[in-house]
Amino acid sequence: MTGFTKIVLIVISAALVNNYVLSRYLGICPFLGVSKKVETAVGMSAAVTFVMVMASVITFLVQDLILQPTWLAKLGVENIPDLRFLQTIAFILVIASLVQFVEMMIQKTNPSLYSALGVYLPLITTNCAVLGVAVINIREGYNLVETVANSFGAAIGFGLAIILFAGIRERLEYSDIPKPFIGFPIALIAAGLMSVAFLGFNGLIG
Amino acid sequence: MFKELLTSAIAIGIIGLVFGIILAFAAKFFHVQIDSKIAAIRAALPGINCGGCGYPGCDLFAEKVSTGEARVNGCPVSSKEQKAEIAKIMGVEQEDVEPLFAVVRCIGTNDKVTMKYEYEGIQDCAALAALGGGNKGCEYSCLGMGNCSRVCPTDAIEIDNGIAIVDRKKCIACGKCAIECPRDVISLIPKSAEPIIMCSSLNRGKEVKSVCKVGCIGCGICKKVCQFDAIEMKDNNPIIDYKKCEDCGLCAEKCPTGCIEFDFKKRKIAFIEEEKCIGCTLCKKACQFEAVEGERKEIHKIISDKCVGCRACYEACPTDAVHLISR
Repeated sequence: MTGFTKIVLIVISAALVNNYVLSRYLGICPFLGVSKKVETAVGMSAAVTFVMVMASVITFLVQDLILQPTWLAKLGVENIPDLRFLQTIAFILVIASLVQFVEMMIQKTNPSLYSALGVYLPLITTNCAVLGVAVINIREGYNLVETVANSFGAAIGFGLAIILFAGIRERLEYSDIPKPFIGFPIALIAAGLMSVAFLGFNGLIG
Repeated sequence: MFKELLTSAIAIGIIGLVFGIILAFAAKFFHVQIDSKIAAIRAALPGINCGGCGYPGCDLFAEKVSTGEARVNGCPVSSKEQKAEIAKIMGVEQEDVEPLFAVVRCIGTNDKVTMKYEYEGIQDCAALAALGGGNKGCEYSCLGMGNCSRVCPTDAIEIDNGIAIVDRKKCIACGKCAIECPRDVISLIPKSAEPIIMCSSLNRGKEVKSVCKVGCIGCGICKKVCQFDAIEMKDNNPIIDYKKCEDCGLCAEKCPTGCIEFDFKKRKIAFIEEEKCIGCTLCKKACQFEAVEGERKEIHKIISDKCVGCRACYEACPTDAVHLISR
Protein backbone atom coordinates (compact mmCIF):
# COMPACT_ATOMS: atom_id res chain seq x y z
CA MET A 1 0.00 0.00 0.00
CA THR A 2 1.45 3.29 -1.01
CA GLY A 3 1.62 6.17 1.45
CA PHE A 4 -1.08 8.19 -0.27
CA THR A 5 -3.60 5.35 -0.36
CA LYS A 6 -3.00 4.77 3.31
CA ILE A 7 -3.73 8.43 4.09
CA VAL A 8 -6.98 8.34 2.10
CA LEU A 9 -8.00 5.14 3.84
CA ILE A 10 -7.29 6.67 7.26
CA VAL A 11 -9.45 9.68 6.44
CA ILE A 12 -12.39 7.59 5.18
CA SER A 13 -12.08 5.14 8.04
CA ALA A 14 -12.10 7.91 10.66
CA ALA A 15 -14.98 9.76 8.99
CA LEU A 16 -17.33 6.91 8.16
CA VAL A 17 -16.39 3.48 9.49
CA ASN A 18 -15.14 4.48 12.89
CA ASN A 19 -17.21 7.65 13.11
CA TYR A 20 -16.28 9.23 16.43
CA VAL A 21 -19.81 10.16 17.37
CA LEU A 22 -21.84 7.29 16.01
CA SER A 23 -19.44 4.36 16.36
CA ARG A 24 -17.11 5.33 19.16
CA TYR A 25 -19.70 7.40 21.06
CA LEU A 26 -17.35 10.29 21.76
CA GLY A 27 -18.41 13.97 21.79
CA ILE A 28 -22.09 13.23 22.45
CA CYS A 29 -22.55 16.45 24.42
CA PRO A 30 -22.11 18.93 21.54
CA PHE A 31 -23.74 16.37 19.23
CA LEU A 32 -26.99 16.70 21.21
CA GLY A 33 -26.47 20.26 22.42
CA VAL A 34 -25.67 22.18 19.25
CA SER A 35 -27.70 20.18 16.77
CA LYS A 36 -30.94 22.14 16.96
CA LYS A 37 -30.18 24.26 13.92
CA VAL A 38 -28.12 23.37 10.84
CA GLU A 39 -26.50 26.81 10.90
CA THR A 40 -25.00 26.44 14.37
CA ALA A 41 -24.14 22.81 13.68
CA VAL A 42 -22.04 23.93 10.70
CA GLY A 43 -20.28 26.51 12.86
CA MET A 44 -19.68 23.98 15.61
CA SER A 45 -18.23 21.39 13.24
CA ALA A 46 -15.96 24.04 11.72
CA ALA A 47 -14.70 24.96 15.19
CA VAL A 48 -14.24 21.29 16.10
CA THR A 49 -12.38 20.61 12.85
CA PHE A 50 -9.97 23.41 13.54
CA VAL A 51 -9.43 22.47 17.17
CA MET A 52 -9.11 18.75 16.44
CA VAL A 53 -6.44 19.12 13.77
CA MET A 54 -4.48 21.70 15.73
CA ALA A 55 -4.80 19.70 18.95
CA SER A 56 -3.63 16.48 17.32
CA VAL A 57 -0.56 18.13 15.81
CA ILE A 58 0.38 19.82 19.07
CA THR A 59 -0.33 16.78 21.24
CA PHE A 60 1.75 14.71 18.82
CA LEU A 61 4.64 17.13 19.28
CA VAL A 62 4.14 17.24 23.05
CA GLN A 63 4.17 13.43 23.16
CA ASP A 64 7.31 13.16 21.03
CA LEU A 65 9.26 16.05 22.50
CA ILE A 66 8.35 16.01 26.19
CA LEU A 67 6.46 12.93 27.30
CA GLN A 68 8.52 10.37 25.38
CA PRO A 69 11.68 12.26 24.42
CA THR A 70 13.44 9.67 22.28
CA TRP A 71 15.39 12.49 20.60
CA LEU A 72 17.43 12.87 23.80
CA ALA A 73 19.08 9.54 22.98
CA LYS A 74 20.68 11.08 19.90
CA LEU A 75 22.22 13.75 22.10
CA GLY A 76 23.75 10.99 24.19
CA VAL A 77 21.53 11.43 27.22
CA GLU A 78 21.07 8.28 29.24
CA ASN A 79 18.15 7.44 31.51
CA ILE A 80 15.55 9.07 29.27
CA PRO A 81 12.52 9.91 31.50
CA ASP A 82 9.31 8.11 30.54
CA LEU A 83 6.42 10.51 31.18
CA ARG A 84 3.74 8.70 29.20
CA PHE A 85 1.58 8.44 32.35
CA LEU A 86 1.13 12.23 32.14
CA GLN A 87 -0.53 11.88 28.74
CA THR A 88 -4.11 12.62 29.80
CA ILE A 89 -3.40 15.67 31.95
CA ALA A 90 -0.89 17.12 29.47
CA PHE A 91 -3.30 16.68 26.54
CA ILE A 92 -6.18 18.26 28.42
CA LEU A 93 -3.92 21.22 29.22
CA VAL A 94 -3.01 21.55 25.54
CA ILE A 95 -6.59 21.26 24.32
CA ALA A 96 -7.93 23.71 26.92
CA SER A 97 -5.39 26.38 26.00
CA LEU A 98 -6.01 25.78 22.31
CA VAL A 99 -9.76 26.23 22.72
CA GLN A 100 -9.16 29.46 24.60
CA PHE A 101 -7.01 30.62 21.72
CA VAL A 102 -9.63 29.68 19.12
CA GLU A 103 -12.33 31.41 21.16
CA MET A 104 -10.38 34.66 21.23
CA MET A 105 -9.70 34.39 17.52
CA ILE A 106 -13.33 33.75 16.58
CA GLN A 107 -14.54 36.58 18.82
CA LYS A 108 -12.25 38.93 16.98
CA THR A 109 -12.78 37.71 13.43
CA ASN A 110 -16.36 36.43 13.37
CA PRO A 111 -18.60 37.86 16.13
CA SER A 112 -21.81 36.34 14.76
CA LEU A 113 -20.31 32.85 14.78
CA TYR A 114 -19.04 33.58 18.28
CA SER A 115 -22.50 34.43 19.59
CA ALA A 116 -24.06 31.53 17.68
CA LEU A 117 -21.70 29.00 19.28
CA GLY A 118 -22.34 30.47 22.71
CA VAL A 119 -21.40 28.19 25.57
CA TYR A 120 -20.53 25.32 23.29
CA LEU A 121 -17.19 26.70 22.25
CA PRO A 122 -15.79 26.42 25.79
CA LEU A 123 -17.43 22.99 25.84
CA ILE A 124 -14.94 21.78 23.22
CA THR A 125 -12.39 22.17 26.02
CA THR A 126 -13.71 19.09 27.70
CA ASN A 127 -14.87 17.47 24.48
CA CYS A 128 -13.96 13.80 24.75
CA ALA A 129 -13.88 13.51 20.94
CA VAL A 130 -10.92 15.91 20.71
CA LEU A 131 -9.06 14.19 23.53
CA GLY A 132 -10.07 10.80 22.13
CA VAL A 133 -8.60 11.58 18.71
CA ALA A 134 -5.35 12.79 20.30
CA VAL A 135 -5.01 9.66 22.44
CA ILE A 136 -5.96 7.27 19.62
CA ASN A 137 -3.41 8.91 17.29
CA ILE A 138 -0.68 8.06 19.80
CA ARG A 139 -2.01 4.58 20.51
CA GLU A 140 -2.16 3.66 16.81
CA GLY A 141 1.43 4.83 16.41
CA TYR A 142 0.67 7.22 13.55
CA ASN A 143 3.35 9.53 12.22
CA LEU A 144 2.70 13.28 11.89
CA VAL A 145 1.04 13.11 8.45
CA GLU A 146 -1.17 10.21 9.45
CA THR A 147 -2.06 12.02 12.66
CA VAL A 148 -3.27 15.02 10.68
CA ALA A 149 -5.19 12.72 8.31
CA ASN A 150 -6.85 10.81 11.13
CA SER A 151 -7.89 13.88 13.09
CA PHE A 152 -9.13 15.62 9.93
CA GLY A 153 -11.16 12.53 9.07
CA ALA A 154 -12.52 12.36 12.59
CA ALA A 155 -13.55 16.03 12.42
CA ILE A 156 -15.22 15.48 9.04
CA GLY A 157 -17.06 12.53 10.53
CA PHE A 158 -18.14 14.63 13.51
CA GLY A 159 -19.31 17.43 11.22
CA LEU A 160 -21.16 14.98 8.97
CA ALA A 161 -22.94 13.40 11.92
CA ILE A 162 -23.89 16.66 13.63
CA ILE A 163 -25.08 18.42 10.45
CA LEU A 164 -27.15 15.42 9.31
CA PHE A 165 -28.56 15.16 12.81
CA ALA A 166 -29.39 18.88 12.91
CA GLY A 167 -31.26 18.44 9.62
CA ILE A 168 -33.25 15.57 11.12
CA ARG A 169 -34.03 17.57 14.26
CA GLU A 170 -35.21 20.55 12.23
CA ARG A 171 -37.66 18.22 10.51
CA LEU A 172 -38.67 16.70 13.86
CA GLU A 173 -39.74 20.15 15.08
CA TYR A 174 -42.63 20.07 12.63
CA SER A 175 -43.51 16.41 13.00
CA ASP A 176 -46.40 15.03 14.94
CA ILE A 177 -44.56 13.37 17.80
CA PRO A 178 -46.30 11.63 20.73
CA LYS A 179 -46.16 13.94 23.74
CA PRO A 180 -43.79 11.90 25.95
CA PHE A 181 -41.23 11.80 23.12
CA ILE A 182 -41.08 15.52 22.30
CA GLY A 183 -37.61 17.03 22.65
CA PHE A 184 -34.66 14.95 23.77
CA PRO A 185 -36.28 11.49 23.80
CA ILE A 186 -37.05 11.58 20.07
CA ALA A 187 -33.63 13.15 19.42
CA LEU A 188 -31.93 10.27 21.22
CA ILE A 189 -33.97 7.73 19.27
CA ALA A 190 -33.05 9.47 16.00
CA ALA A 191 -29.39 9.44 17.07
CA GLY A 192 -29.63 5.71 17.78
CA LEU A 193 -31.11 5.04 14.34
CA MET A 194 -28.38 7.14 12.71
CA SER A 195 -25.81 5.12 14.59
CA VAL A 196 -27.35 1.90 13.25
CA ALA A 197 -27.22 3.37 9.74
CA PHE A 198 -23.55 4.23 10.12
CA LEU A 199 -22.86 0.64 11.23
CA GLY A 200 -23.57 -0.18 7.58
CA PHE A 201 -20.15 1.22 6.72
CA ASN A 202 -18.54 -1.61 8.67
CA GLY A 203 -16.40 -3.70 6.36
CA LEU A 204 -16.14 -0.88 3.80
CA ILE A 205 -12.40 -1.03 4.21
CA GLY A 206 -11.46 -4.60 4.74
CA MET B 1 10.78 8.62 43.33
CA PHE B 2 11.69 12.24 43.95
CA LYS B 3 13.32 12.48 40.56
CA GLU B 4 10.17 11.25 38.81
CA LEU B 5 8.05 13.76 40.65
CA LEU B 6 10.45 16.52 39.70
CA THR B 7 10.57 15.61 36.00
CA SER B 8 6.76 15.38 35.78
CA ALA B 9 6.34 18.70 37.50
CA ILE B 10 8.91 20.32 35.24
CA ALA B 11 7.38 18.81 32.09
CA ILE B 12 3.82 19.93 32.91
CA GLY B 13 5.16 23.24 34.16
CA ILE B 14 6.95 23.89 30.86
CA ILE B 15 3.86 23.02 28.81
CA GLY B 16 1.69 25.23 31.00
CA LEU B 17 4.12 28.11 30.87
CA VAL B 18 4.49 28.00 27.08
CA PHE B 19 0.73 27.95 26.52
CA GLY B 20 0.21 30.59 29.18
CA ILE B 21 2.57 32.95 27.40
CA ILE B 22 0.96 32.24 24.02
CA LEU B 23 -2.51 32.93 25.48
CA ALA B 24 -1.34 36.12 27.14
CA PHE B 25 -0.09 37.45 23.82
CA ALA B 26 -3.20 36.23 22.00
CA ALA B 27 -5.42 38.03 24.50
CA LYS B 28 -3.60 41.23 23.70
CA PHE B 29 -3.55 40.63 19.94
CA PHE B 30 -7.18 39.49 19.61
CA HIS B 31 -8.56 41.93 22.15
CA VAL B 32 -12.14 42.95 21.32
CA GLN B 33 -13.40 46.32 22.49
CA ILE B 34 -16.76 45.78 24.16
CA ASP B 35 -18.96 48.81 24.60
CA SER B 36 -19.14 49.38 28.35
CA LYS B 37 -22.63 50.78 27.83
CA ILE B 38 -23.98 47.34 26.84
CA ALA B 39 -23.02 45.80 30.18
CA ALA B 40 -24.35 48.81 32.09
CA ILE B 41 -27.69 48.76 30.24
CA ARG B 42 -27.94 45.01 30.64
CA ALA B 43 -27.47 45.42 34.39
CA ALA B 44 -30.31 47.96 34.52
CA LEU B 45 -32.74 45.63 32.73
CA PRO B 46 -35.02 43.15 34.54
CA GLY B 47 -33.22 40.22 32.90
CA ILE B 48 -36.17 37.87 32.53
CA ASN B 49 -35.78 37.61 28.74
CA CYS B 50 -39.52 37.86 28.12
CA GLY B 51 -39.13 39.24 24.61
CA GLY B 52 -41.65 42.02 25.21
CA CYS B 53 -39.31 44.53 23.58
CA GLY B 54 -39.32 42.59 20.31
CA TYR B 55 -35.76 41.31 20.63
CA PRO B 56 -34.89 37.73 21.61
CA GLY B 57 -33.62 38.70 25.05
CA CYS B 58 -32.31 41.35 27.38
CA ASP B 59 -28.75 40.96 26.07
CA LEU B 60 -29.68 41.78 22.50
CA PHE B 61 -31.99 44.60 23.59
CA ALA B 62 -29.12 46.16 25.57
CA GLU B 63 -26.89 45.88 22.50
CA LYS B 64 -29.54 47.48 20.27
CA VAL B 65 -30.12 50.31 22.74
CA SER B 66 -26.40 51.02 22.87
CA THR B 67 -26.27 51.36 19.09
CA GLY B 68 -29.40 53.50 19.08
CA GLU B 69 -31.50 50.98 17.14
CA ALA B 70 -33.88 50.31 20.01
CA ARG B 71 -35.63 52.97 22.03
CA VAL B 72 -34.27 53.77 25.48
CA ASN B 73 -37.62 53.02 27.09
CA GLY B 74 -38.34 50.08 24.77
CA CYS B 75 -38.46 47.61 27.62
CA PRO B 76 -42.09 47.38 28.73
CA VAL B 77 -41.22 45.50 31.90
CA SER B 78 -38.63 47.68 33.57
CA SER B 79 -39.69 50.14 36.24
CA LYS B 80 -39.54 53.92 35.94
CA GLU B 81 -36.25 53.98 37.86
CA GLN B 82 -34.73 51.37 35.59
CA LYS B 83 -35.78 53.32 32.50
CA ALA B 84 -34.30 56.48 33.98
CA GLU B 85 -31.10 54.56 34.67
CA ILE B 86 -30.89 53.40 31.05
CA ALA B 87 -31.63 56.92 29.83
CA LYS B 88 -28.84 58.19 32.05
CA ILE B 89 -26.38 55.64 30.64
CA MET B 90 -27.29 56.70 27.12
CA GLY B 91 -27.22 60.38 28.09
CA VAL B 92 -30.69 61.21 26.79
CA GLU B 93 -33.79 62.67 28.39
CA GLN B 94 -36.14 60.13 29.85
CA GLU B 95 -39.51 60.11 28.15
CA ASP B 96 -42.32 59.59 30.61
CA VAL B 97 -44.31 56.52 29.75
CA GLU B 98 -47.16 55.27 31.86
CA PRO B 99 -46.68 51.59 32.72
CA LEU B 100 -49.24 49.33 31.11
CA PHE B 101 -50.96 46.13 32.07
CA ALA B 102 -52.93 43.55 30.15
CA VAL B 103 -56.65 43.25 30.64
CA VAL B 104 -58.96 40.51 29.39
CA ARG B 105 -61.89 42.48 28.10
CA CYS B 106 -64.58 39.89 28.76
CA ILE B 107 -66.46 39.01 31.93
CA GLY B 108 -68.80 36.47 30.38
CA THR B 109 -68.25 33.66 32.83
CA ASN B 110 -69.78 30.27 32.09
CA ASP B 111 -72.93 31.04 34.08
CA LYS B 112 -73.55 34.38 32.37
CA VAL B 113 -73.35 33.39 28.70
CA THR B 114 -75.36 30.96 26.61
CA MET B 115 -73.32 27.86 25.88
CA LYS B 116 -73.66 26.41 22.39
CA TYR B 117 -72.33 22.96 23.28
CA GLU B 118 -70.38 20.98 25.86
CA TYR B 119 -66.69 21.04 24.99
CA GLU B 120 -64.49 18.16 26.07
CA GLY B 121 -61.61 18.45 23.57
CA ILE B 122 -58.03 19.55 24.11
CA GLN B 123 -57.61 22.46 26.50
CA ASP B 124 -56.51 25.02 23.92
CA CYS B 125 -58.25 28.29 23.00
CA ALA B 126 -57.29 28.08 19.32
CA ALA B 127 -58.66 24.54 19.03
CA LEU B 128 -61.89 25.54 20.75
CA ALA B 129 -62.22 28.68 18.63
CA ALA B 130 -61.85 26.56 15.49
CA LEU B 131 -64.74 24.35 16.55
CA GLY B 132 -67.77 26.30 15.40
CA GLY B 133 -66.46 29.57 16.80
CA GLY B 134 -66.13 28.32 20.36
CA ASN B 135 -68.60 26.95 22.87
CA LYS B 136 -69.79 30.35 24.07
CA GLY B 137 -72.55 32.08 22.18
CA CYS B 138 -70.59 35.30 21.73
CA GLU B 139 -67.80 35.39 19.18
CA TYR B 140 -65.98 38.13 21.11
CA SER B 141 -65.72 36.09 24.30
CA CYS B 142 -62.77 34.82 26.27
CA LEU B 143 -62.74 31.04 25.85
CA GLY B 144 -60.97 30.38 29.11
CA MET B 145 -58.77 27.50 27.93
CA GLY B 146 -55.75 29.38 29.31
CA ASN B 147 -53.45 29.88 26.31
CA CYS B 148 -52.61 33.33 27.71
CA SER B 149 -51.93 31.89 31.14
CA ARG B 150 -49.48 29.38 29.65
CA VAL B 151 -47.38 31.98 27.82
CA CYS B 152 -47.35 34.44 30.74
CA PRO B 153 -43.79 34.68 32.07
CA THR B 154 -44.88 35.93 35.49
CA ASP B 155 -47.90 33.68 36.20
CA ALA B 156 -50.15 36.72 36.32
CA ILE B 157 -53.14 35.12 34.59
CA GLU B 158 -55.62 32.82 36.24
CA ILE B 159 -58.66 31.12 34.77
CA ASP B 160 -61.81 31.40 36.82
CA ASN B 161 -65.14 30.01 35.68
CA GLY B 162 -64.24 30.13 32.01
CA ILE B 163 -62.66 33.58 32.02
CA ALA B 164 -59.01 34.62 32.19
CA ILE B 165 -58.24 37.23 34.84
CA VAL B 166 -55.02 39.22 34.86
CA ASP B 167 -53.45 40.15 38.17
CA ARG B 168 -52.68 43.84 37.79
CA LYS B 169 -49.82 43.71 40.27
CA LYS B 170 -48.05 40.75 38.70
CA CYS B 171 -48.52 41.80 35.06
CA ILE B 172 -45.41 43.22 33.40
CA ALA B 173 -47.10 44.21 30.13
CA CYS B 174 -44.88 42.12 27.88
CA GLY B 175 -47.89 41.64 25.59
CA LYS B 176 -47.34 37.91 25.00
CA CYS B 177 -50.87 37.02 26.07
CA ALA B 178 -52.38 39.58 23.70
CA ILE B 179 -50.48 38.00 20.79
CA GLU B 180 -51.40 34.47 21.87
CA CYS B 181 -55.14 35.13 22.31
CA PRO B 182 -57.02 33.82 19.23
CA ARG B 183 -60.04 36.05 20.05
CA ASP B 184 -58.09 39.29 20.53
CA VAL B 185 -59.88 40.09 23.78
CA ILE B 186 -56.69 41.04 25.61
CA SER B 187 -55.45 44.60 25.33
CA LEU B 188 -52.76 46.64 27.06
CA ILE B 189 -54.00 49.69 28.94
CA PRO B 190 -52.39 52.10 31.44
CA LYS B 191 -51.84 50.50 34.82
CA SER B 192 -53.73 53.26 36.64
CA ALA B 193 -56.68 53.07 34.24
CA GLU B 194 -60.07 53.16 35.89
CA PRO B 195 -62.83 52.45 34.84
CA ILE B 196 -62.34 49.70 32.24
CA ILE B 197 -64.80 48.53 29.59
CA MET B 198 -64.97 44.78 30.20
CA CYS B 199 -66.58 43.69 26.96
CA SER B 200 -65.08 43.41 23.48
CA SER B 201 -68.28 42.74 21.58
CA LEU B 202 -68.92 44.80 18.46
CA ASN B 203 -72.37 43.27 17.96
CA ARG B 204 -75.60 45.19 18.21
CA GLY B 205 -77.52 45.26 21.47
CA LYS B 206 -80.08 42.60 20.58
CA GLU B 207 -77.51 40.05 19.49
CA VAL B 208 -75.42 40.66 22.63
CA LYS B 209 -78.46 40.43 24.88
CA SER B 210 -79.47 37.07 23.40
CA VAL B 211 -76.13 35.41 24.31
CA CYS B 212 -74.72 37.25 27.33
CA LYS B 213 -76.10 38.80 30.50
CA VAL B 214 -73.16 41.12 31.09
CA GLY B 215 -72.12 42.14 27.57
CA CYS B 216 -71.99 45.69 26.25
CA ILE B 217 -75.18 46.39 24.32
CA GLY B 218 -73.81 49.56 22.79
CA CYS B 219 -76.55 51.74 24.32
CA GLY B 220 -74.22 54.73 24.70
CA ILE B 221 -75.45 55.66 28.18
CA CYS B 222 -71.85 55.80 29.42
CA LYS B 223 -71.04 58.33 26.70
CA LYS B 224 -74.09 60.40 27.63
CA VAL B 225 -73.41 60.50 31.37
CA CYS B 226 -69.70 61.26 31.00
CA GLN B 227 -69.18 64.90 31.92
CA PHE B 228 -65.65 65.03 30.57
CA ASP B 229 -66.25 63.87 27.02
CA ALA B 230 -63.89 60.97 27.64
CA ILE B 231 -66.01 58.22 26.09
CA GLU B 232 -66.38 57.64 22.38
CA MET B 233 -68.71 55.03 20.87
CA LYS B 234 -67.21 53.00 18.06
CA ASP B 235 -68.81 49.93 16.47
CA ASN B 236 -71.26 49.45 19.35
CA ASN B 237 -68.48 49.49 21.91
CA PRO B 238 -67.28 52.43 24.04
CA ILE B 239 -63.66 53.56 24.09
CA ILE B 240 -62.39 55.50 27.09
CA ASP B 241 -59.82 58.22 26.55
CA TYR B 242 -57.83 57.95 29.79
CA LYS B 243 -56.24 61.34 29.25
CA LYS B 244 -59.63 62.99 29.61
CA CYS B 245 -61.12 60.56 32.15
CA GLU B 246 -61.33 61.88 35.71
CA ASP B 247 -62.07 58.50 37.33
CA CYS B 248 -65.50 59.53 38.58
CA GLY B 249 -67.00 56.13 37.84
CA LEU B 250 -70.34 57.51 36.77
CA CYS B 251 -70.30 55.45 33.58
CA ALA B 252 -69.80 52.27 35.60
CA GLU B 253 -72.61 53.28 37.91
CA LYS B 254 -75.06 53.92 35.09
CA CYS B 255 -74.12 51.01 32.79
CA PRO B 256 -77.28 48.89 32.47
CA THR B 257 -75.43 45.58 32.05
CA GLY B 258 -72.57 46.30 34.43
CA CYS B 259 -69.82 45.65 31.94
CA ILE B 260 -67.72 48.62 33.06
CA GLU B 261 -65.33 47.73 35.85
CA PHE B 262 -64.78 50.34 38.52
CA ASP B 263 -63.69 50.02 42.12
CA PHE B 264 -66.27 52.11 43.97
CA LYS B 265 -64.31 51.72 47.20
CA LYS B 266 -61.57 53.82 45.69
CA ARG B 267 -64.04 56.57 44.86
CA LYS B 268 -63.23 59.77 46.76
CA ILE B 269 -65.45 62.56 47.98
CA ALA B 270 -64.74 66.29 48.03
CA PHE B 271 -64.63 68.12 51.31
CA ILE B 272 -64.52 71.91 51.76
CA GLU B 273 -62.45 73.33 54.60
CA GLU B 274 -64.65 76.03 56.09
CA GLU B 275 -61.86 78.34 57.26
CA LYS B 276 -60.32 78.56 53.84
CA CYS B 277 -63.49 78.88 51.76
CA ILE B 278 -64.00 82.44 50.55
CA GLY B 279 -67.31 81.82 48.81
CA CYS B 280 -66.02 82.49 45.29
CA THR B 281 -68.41 79.92 43.70
CA LEU B 282 -65.69 78.62 41.38
CA CYS B 283 -66.14 75.10 42.70
CA LYS B 284 -69.86 75.30 42.19
CA LYS B 285 -69.34 76.36 38.60
CA ALA B 286 -66.78 73.63 38.02
CA CYS B 287 -69.00 70.86 39.39
CA GLN B 288 -70.78 68.94 36.66
CA PHE B 289 -72.98 67.06 39.10
CA GLU B 290 -74.58 69.92 41.03
CA ALA B 291 -73.01 68.57 44.13
CA VAL B 292 -71.91 71.92 45.56
CA GLU B 293 -74.35 74.17 47.36
CA GLY B 294 -73.91 77.66 48.81
CA GLU B 295 -74.35 81.25 47.77
CA ARG B 296 -71.74 83.85 46.78
CA LYS B 297 -69.65 85.12 49.74
CA GLU B 298 -70.90 82.23 51.85
CA ILE B 299 -69.24 78.99 52.83
CA HIS B 300 -69.92 76.25 50.31
CA LYS B 301 -70.80 72.65 51.07
CA ILE B 302 -70.62 69.37 49.21
CA ILE B 303 -73.77 67.32 48.84
CA SER B 304 -72.29 63.90 49.55
CA ASP B 305 -74.96 61.92 47.66
CA LYS B 306 -74.25 63.72 44.42
CA CYS B 307 -70.46 64.02 44.64
CA VAL B 308 -68.55 61.41 42.60
CA GLY B 309 -65.04 62.53 43.58
CA CYS B 310 -64.08 63.78 40.15
CA ARG B 311 -61.50 66.41 41.25
CA ALA B 312 -63.07 69.25 39.18
CA CYS B 313 -63.79 71.45 42.23
CA TYR B 314 -60.45 70.53 43.77
CA GLU B 315 -58.65 71.85 40.71
CA ALA B 316 -60.86 74.95 40.46
CA CYS B 317 -60.49 76.16 44.08
CA PRO B 318 -58.09 79.14 44.28
CA THR B 319 -57.50 78.87 48.05
CA ASP B 320 -56.90 75.11 48.33
CA ALA B 321 -59.98 74.75 50.51
CA VAL B 322 -61.19 71.61 48.72
CA HIS B 323 -59.73 68.24 49.69
CA LEU B 324 -60.44 64.81 48.31
CA ILE B 325 -60.95 62.29 51.07
CA SER B 326 -61.97 58.65 51.14
CA ARG B 327 -65.57 57.92 51.84
